[in-house]
Amino acid sequence: MKKTIFMDYQSTTPVDKRVVEAMVPCFTEVYGNSSSRNHQFGWDAEDAVKASRETVATLIGAKESEIIFTSGATESNNLAIFGVAEMYREKGNHIITCATEHNAVLDPCETLEKRGYKVTRLIPKPDGILDLEDLEKAITAETILVSIMYVNNEIGVIQPIAEIGKICRSKGVLFHTDATQAVGKIPVCVEKDSIDLLSMSAHKFYGPKGVGALFVRRRNPRVRLSPLVHGGGQERGMRSGTLNVPGIVGMAKAMELCIQEMPTETARLLALRNRFETQVMGALDYCFINGNKDRRIAGNTSISFAYVEGEGLMMAMPEIAVSSGSACTSSSLEPSHVLKALGVKDELAHSSIRFGFGRFSTEEETDFAALKVVQAVKKLREMSPLYEMVMEGIDLSTVKWTDHH
Amino acid sequence: MAYSEKVLDHYNNPRNVGSLDKTALNVGTGLVGAPECGDVMKLQIQIEGDTIVDAKFRTYGCGSAIASSSLATEWLKGKTVTEALSIKNTDIVQELDLPPVKIHCSVLAEDAIKAALEDIRQKQAGGQQE
Repeated sequence: MKKTIFMDYQSTTPVDKRVVEAMVPCFTEVYGNSSSRNHQFGWDAEDAVKASRETVATLIGAKESEIIFTSGATESNNLAIFGVAEMYREKGNHIITCATEHNAVLDPCETLEKRGYKVTRLIPKPDGILDLEDLEKAITAETILVSIMYVNNEIGVIQPIAEIGKICRSKGVLFHTDATQAVGKIPVCVEKDSIDLLSMSAHKFYGPKGVGALFVRRRNPRVRLSPLVHGGGQERGMRSGTLNVPGIVGMAKAMELCIQEMPTETARLLALRNRFETQVMGALDYCFINGNKDRRIAGNTSISFAYVEGEGLMMAMPEIAVSSGSACTSSSLEPSHVLKALGVKDELAHSSIRFGFGRFSTEEETDFAALKVVQAVKKLREMSPLYEMVMEGIDLSTVKWTDHH
Repeated sequence: MAYSEKVLDHYNNPRNVGSLDKTALNVGTGLVGAPECGDVMKLQIQIEGDTIVDAKFRTYGCGSAIASSSLATEWLKGKTVTEALSIKNTDIVQELDLPPVKIHCSVLAEDAIKAALEDIRQKQAGGQQE
């Protein structure tokens, strides 16, 4: 078995070898600038981009002309939010989003707030799912954009996107969804879901890093955007800059593979995750799965291990690469904003780990990881004053803690 | 962030994990930190006369917090109360090569030492009054 087991598939994924093969000719043979209109090299590159654009569009139920290639989902989210905010400023100044969004959505919204826009951050239900009534009530005559992610990157819950799309459409408000964790994992259709703008990133589905796309609806309604990047006018003027041909070809290939393999892969990942959860939850007390257990993608589980701290826990199991729900590893000592929005108590949010399962996860690895997690949690609980107190029957909420921060 | 070798050593082989009888008159207990902040240290010392003869800890927190408290117990054993009071968080930072973001772990360890010593002082003051 490999030295370290990769269980951080939400952060990124390895590029599939079949994707690499599709990309290689674009570095050395089809190396033209797809904007060069007067020679064979340019035409060949343009053909490659066109074919990829068709693939990407088709796989999300869109038209070729509705795909804007970007450097990734962060740029796509920024372009969607700033682009709409500026273009529709006359119409209104209110944006609705959700407290559990990725920072690539929350930060642009916060920046807009400083520029005089109004932002509503909806608090989801404790299971992470948005309350549709809350959304309906939040929409005003000033609302120009609703931005709600498709699948949450920490807890994996799937939002009721089609219902949200329907509400936005009926109120005449544009609907953007950050589908970074959804594309390639679950079926996504911009028509069925009434989506006006959709962000995606290739490296989340076994494609290369540094390439992504923004779907921008052209009809019913026609969405207009102010560009962030100005220059040669590529991508219908919405995103200037020479196209990343190898990246784009790689993204299309990666998406194609995901869609082809989705039914079998989803079932396989679900089995692995269930196997993992059963083993871990069966061997340990005081563990909680975060988010709605039924409405979540197959390859994700976020578990809070009470009375042990996330960073310490990751250190106790160097054989598995995971991510903590706690942001303690960065300079901030704040636990995850996602878990906080769900109402998870701080001490449990500090004790949360996200486990990811993906294309190269195996049963053997899953069993090994579950064993390591159980061992590590037991070891740290032996060392934990909180676990000791709970075992003594002390109610931790009655203890007077000293706050040193 | 990579951990220093000393942090890893204390983390992987923590010294003096456990508990002493918190009701004993010659045992001082310091409980510092808060679960919502992501770290809680319980540090206990046992004294004979003026000398610390045993020290134990339990810590909920990151690797650096566990290493800081483990190191603290190691240092406390054999020291007099006065010597123990002079242990500074900066000594722990230096010994463990803690990065700036982990300095609060050493502060917490110093607080735990002080709290345990204060507990014993109060207990003994109370004992004398009786």
